[in-house]
Amino acid sequence: MAMQASEIETLIMAAFPDATVKIEDLRGDGDHYACSVVSKAFIGKTRVQQHQMVYQALGGRMGGELHALALQTAPPQAN
Amino acid sequence: MLDDATKERLAADIASEDVVLFMKGTPVFPQCGFSAAVVGVLTHLGVPFRGINVLEDDAVREGIKAYSDWPTIPQLYVKREFVGGCDIIREMYETGELTEMFQTHGIDAKPGA
Repeated sequence: MAMQASEIETLIMAAFPDATVKIEDLRGDGDHYACSVVSKAFIGKTRVQQHQMVYQALGGRMGGELHALALQTAPPQAN
Repeated sequence: MLDDATKERLAADIASEDVVLFMKGTPVFPQCGFSAAVVGVLTHLGVPFRGINVLEDDAVREGIKAYSDWPTIPQLYVKREFVGGCDIIREMYETGELTEMFQTHGIDAKPGA
């Protein structure tokens, strides 16, 4: 089962309204994505916690209908 | 979901070695690209680890996801602590944090080449 990139983005933006989300469909098959999320919500969180927050936003789809989502998360860079 | 017997068994597995990788397939014959990638990193760093093949046992395969609140395999544990899945391990390797983390735990790891 595949998921649209726009669907993933909508779910993430709903959970992290300030986020900058970039999604790339790695193979153009709607099944292998790379996704980066930058949000203030990640400040002070470990990587594991940051990823867990995103997985939670995806509502249990990760590991199910969403098989391959290479995830990269970070708080905004202080410039 | 996660019954006590499975939970105890997973805790024992996680504590069985300093570095434990729950993976699909075995270290010699990984059966998933993400598991293979983590095996590759650990092998490259020369870190000894125990691979646990989740494909051999559905209770372990589903149990470990509930145990760590993490939806995917592979999962790397160092000194009983969940470090992350494939993306995190790869990122930590690239930044050098992974080598540092092993060394902090007194585990020999060659600095990333």
